[in-house]
Amino acid sequence: MQILRAIARHPSGRIGALIILVYLIAAILGAFGLTPHNALQQFRIDRLKGPSLTYWTGTDLLGRDTMSRLMVGIGQSFIIAFASVAIATLAGTIIGLLAAWWGTLWDGILMRLMDVLLAFPAILLALLIIAIVGPGTFTSVAAIGIVYTPIFARVVRGPALSLKQRDFVDAARTFGSSQWFILTRHLLLNLVAPLTVQVTLALAWALLTEAGLSFLGLGTQPPSPSLGLMLSESRNLMEKAPWLMLFPALVIMLGILGFNLFGDALRDILDPRTQRRSA
Amino acid sequence: MNYVTQRLLTFPLILLGVSVLVFFSIRLIPGDAITAMLGTEAGLLTPDQRASLANYFGIDQPIYIQYSRWLMGLLHGDLGISVTYGKPVFGIILERFPLTLELALLSMVIALSVGVPAGVFAATRNEKPADLGIRVFAMLGQSTPSFVVGLLIIFVLSVFFGTLPPMGTFTPLYVNPLVNLSQLIFPAITLGFAFAASVTRISRSAMLDVLSDDYVRTARSKGVSARSVVWYHALPNALIPVVTLSGIEFGYLLGGAVIVEQIFALPGLGRLVLDAISQRDYALVEGCVLFIAFNFLVVNLLVDLAYVALDPRIRLGAR
Repeated sequence: MQILRAIARHPSGRIGALIILVYLIAAILGAFGLTPHNALQQFRIDRLKGPSLTYWTGTDLLGRDTMSRLMVGIGQSFIIAFASVAIATLAGTIIGLLAAWWGTLWDGILMRLMDVLLAFPAILLALLIIAIVGPGTFTSVAAIGIVYTPIFARVVRGPALSLKQRDFVDAARTFGSSQWFILTRHLLLNLVAPLTVQVTLALAWALLTEAGLSFLGLGTQPPSPSLGLMLSESRNLMEKAPWLMLFPALVIMLGILGFNLFGDALRDILDPRTQRRSA
Repeated sequence: MNYVTQRLLTFPLILLGVSVLVFFSIRLIPGDAITAMLGTEAGLLTPDQRASLANYFGIDQPIYIQYSRWLMGLLHGDLGISVTYGKPVFGIILERFPLTLELALLSMVIALSVGVPAGVFAATRNEKPADLGIRVFAMLGQSTPSFVVGLLIIFVLSVFFGTLPPMGTFTPLYVNPLVNLSQLIFPAITLGFAFAASVTRISRSAMLDVLSDDYVRTARSKGVSARSVVWYHALPNALIPVVTLSGIEFGYLLGGAVIVEQIFALPGLGRLVLDAISQRDYALVEGCVLFIAFNFLVVNLLVDLAYVALDPRIRLGAR
């Protein structure tokens, strides 16, 4: 509750939370088909119509309602972003915790493996995975999840190493607590704050990467609506139907902005040292 | 063992790990390599022809022998032959690399020349309207994907100026610098946009930190002018994190130009990877990915070493 109140007081937090809330509502409505029109239905007579009361953000080359496609597209992007960040958080946390807990040899092996993954620019590693498995929603989730796992492993390992040396961990050992108990109750619970910030920022990156992959035609496959794909398809029509480019561009940008603002606010709130420097 | 030694020792290890990952992941692709190379035409081969091809490419050998041969080839600059181009992969990469390198350098110049002054200016006007404006702009910049910036540039140029940026061709710098610049300036702005935003944010935050340091306060109390305090006393120290960020971002730019090269139809390294993926030219995918990862690692190593040179407090265990 205290954090929620702090977010409400933080200007960036307020705006970020509001944007995320609006997107979540749009995504849920889109997922349940509660869109102004069917996202796949082609109104042939209304092809390339500009924004109007019937079609709020216009129609595309096949006469499909852009607003409905944007809503379904947001849902699609959110599913991929949330699922991939969940994978990265889970895998990264387990790897980081175990590396810190086991130490020496295992720490070296696990963290060098993470360094190998970090040796690839994110989009390139995602492209490599897609080249192997083939494009699609599931591949995007796996690719983005793998790409961001090392970042979580690093975020967890550092603080876990210092927590491991603390007296309360020694005390827990003396009392006969199991390794599992110490790892989950004493270490993990103390890592919730940095992890929460990282998750929020990773959601922004995941949205960005997903949109990039779809833009290249390697993410969500047509006819399913996807923000990156909509933008890519608008390229040849930008003079004739600029709304086809401007609305998806705005939706992608605002979505990423929402998570960035929210993540920054969380970082300020959970780590007061950064408050003064927050941008 | 100090930080530099440790960093230099782990570098070849990570490089080896990268080569293992790239080699084995490409071989995870379903189906055999001959079908992957020849596509539907592989169906026309007789078993004998197939076996002799497998023998020619060495894929009838156990996987560890294939890997050691491949690795030896790598050490001699042999990344295999591209099925699409019928030429050595390394040669094709070297043909495409100058464009990507120049694009990354130009983006970095744009980002630094906008980001550093903007960050410093914002820090000196902390919490004033100018600072707020720059922070909002930087946040927007960081949240705008490069493909959105690129498309908006093309849109503005075509709708408001009735022109399009030159696409699909590349004139090297030494042939005609003006034409070269006209071809690369818009892609470089596109790539440099988010980079400039990051530089602004980090310069501002580093500058704010330094401006509150004791030595800056001392300089001020001795009557040094405000301009001199900012530019001569504070900025050099505030630039350390900017150098680190720039190095890391430069590494990303070398590999991350994929989308921008695609939008502006530039025949660079990023576009080569994409084409190789769509043409299922695995030797080329393998070579490009390895080449980019290698560059990325080298740049990161240099950044780390530069960081140690700039800030000698870093020692082993301080990571």
